[in-house]
Amino acid sequence: MSEHTPISKKKFMEELRRYEKGSVTRRHFLGVTGLGTASAVMGAALSGLLPSSAFADSHIGDRVVLATWPNYHDQSNFDMFTDQTGAFLQVNVFGSNEEMLAKLQAGGSGWDVFVPTNYTITTYVAEGLIEPLDVSKLPNYDASAFDPRFADAGTVDGVLYAVPKNWGTTGFALNTSHTNGKSMDSWKDFFDRTMDDFSGRTMVHDYQLTTIGAALNYHGYSFNSIDEAELADAEKLLIDVKPHLFAISSDYQPSMRSGDAWMTICWTGDGKQLNTDIPEIEYILGKEGGELWSDYYAIPKGAPHTEAAYALINFMLDPEVNAREVLAHGYPVADNRTNALLPDAILNDPILYPAAELLNALEFGAAASLTDPNRAELMARFKSA
Amino acid sequence: MTQRARNWLMVAPAGAWLIVMLVLPLSVVFIFSFGERAPSGGYVPAFTFEQYANLPARFTAFKNTLVLAPLGTLTALVIAYPLAYQLAVRTSDKWKTLLLILVIVPFWTSILIRSYAWIFILGGRGIPSLLDSIGIEDVRLINTQFAVLVGIVYGYLPLMVFPIYVSLDRLDKRLLEASADLGAHPITTFLTVTLPMSISGIATGCMLVFILLMGEFLIPAMLGGGKVFFVGNALVDLFLQSRNWAYGSAVAVMLIVIMLVTVTLYMRLISRLSVQRDDTPLM
Repeated sequence: MSEHTPISKKKFMEELRRYEKGSVTRRHFLGVTGLGTASAVMGAALSGLLPSSAFADSHIGDRVVLATWPNYHDQSNFDMFTDQTGAFLQVNVFGSNEEMLAKLQAGGSGWDVFVPTNYTITTYVAEGLIEPLDVSKLPNYDASAFDPRFADAGTVDGVLYAVPKNWGTTGFALNTSHTNGKSMDSWKDFFDRTMDDFSGRTMVHDYQLTTIGAALNYHGYSFNSIDEAELADAEKLLIDVKPHLFAISSDYQPSMRSGDAWMTICWTGDGKQLNTDIPEIEYILGKEGGELWSDYYAIPKGAPHTEAAYALINFMLDPEVNAREVLAHGYPVADNRTNALLPDAILNDPILYPAAELLNALEFGAAASLTDPNRAELMARFKSA
Repeated sequence: MTQRARNWLMVAPAGAWLIVMLVLPLSVVFIFSFGERAPSGGYVPAFTFEQYANLPARFTAFKNTLVLAPLGTLTALVIAYPLAYQLAVRTSDKWKTLLLILVIVPFWTSILIRSYAWIFILGGRGIPSLLDSIGIEDVRLINTQFAVLVGIVYGYLPLMVFPIYVSLDRLDKRLLEASADLGAHPITTFLTVTLPMSISGIATGCMLVFILLMGEFLIPAMLGGGKVFFVGNALVDLFLQSRNWAYGSAVAVMLIVIMLVTVTLYMRLISRLSVQRDDTPLM
């Protein structure tokens, strides 16, 4: 028995005395006695259940809470982060920026890192809900490596609040096995076919920006319009389409994969994931336009584990980690250090990197579209119609 | 300490609980319902009836709830009663425990996970594909009112079974024998003895299920595909998507008022039905 014990009782008590007298640090004590390893093992298993486990073998704390989007990370990177730092990663998945903003406005979200989209950041700054970033704690962040088009929105009034995660487009996914292999190329097709031979087979997002945006694009208006007459046209279209929809939901992969849904509003990465597994499913950008977006990592005001938040963001910005992320989720990055590590098949993929004329028709979402009460109420009327 | 003071002290914890957990939150909701939405979402104080004037915009949500909640309650009752009757009156004690456990076990699993199972069962690869194989083509079940009804009846069935089971279990079997001895047809016995004796269980079960269904939002969201909207969904939406706390509060107040009115009327009806009985309903 005794030879298998990593530390003798006597030695343990000596170390405990030294720790109590303050002549050794807690880290040293935990390391020498083996309690650190034991509690790290237990912490990894239990920290999801326990509100705070007392020990963790790291200075950043035992956990970090990330609020992010569905199908947007590589679990093996998370596991690696926990292995390296001892901090357990707790993930909360959200369906829309509106929902994220609502949670932060209500207070006490408990998040350390969240993933806002470009057009929301000025609102977070205006409402005092976001922490300015201390670049010295993010050695992996190299501003010059990022395409400014997808990094600009992280800086508001010269202050850096958020660093780029991924960018992408919002188009639609179509299962061409129901069109005899024929494709579509416009939001006009998307809605007209939904009211025709795709009745009961189409899904739209359950939040306003993209669903109203697509309806605005159908009429040839701006994706971001807050013009009342244009919104009225979009509303009429959506109300007309509603009886023909399969579902109003941002979690469209299960239904597209099972074959219940044939077409859905879709983001780059989901389109890529669906296309990889089911080649008949194409990802299409409407020729009238659509959304071009960029997501960021940011730290909310009052984050409970700030050190862990910086450690996580820094870890995710490591080009090698980031490259593994891209391979897992299929969203492009704006970081040329990461791109240098990616295979050509990814860099030449038309879903990830669409043709210039399609890309140029797209618009970044505007802060006004997020906060406009008429758009919010329109979406609510559409959903409860 | 006087008796009076002691009585107050005894009631104090419950009173404090009631105030902190019920009166205060409801007051906040009530006050918010007269306010306005802040420019980027939330609440700013005001005194306006605009939110209440706007309630008709949520007509469909109220209609869905007020149709599907009673319909779900009734369907659950129709399914639960024979089940509870079988368990309480016809099953031997040996099997009773096992069967009761089988009714409870699903309750131990999150309704979220069980609803995912129903998404599969009602989705294209489930029942529709079975129907397809026997020649009934293109049946859509998922994301319909029917799917939501199936989901809520399934989810809340145990809450209906148990109160009815308890009331039937307490039933004195000798009454049934006496009824038969006096020449009553089994149906007459059921209608004049068993059913009246179980009214309290039915009342409790219906009340439990109905009140919970009025606030339901998870099952409509999952099995209704965001198309079958309950008031609960409208509330989630108003607070989390539109971020219109004032309007959301007005909708919540309206839901509470409707619930209070229906439940009061219902209790009156039940107390009239069971007026000559000594075991009054639980609620």
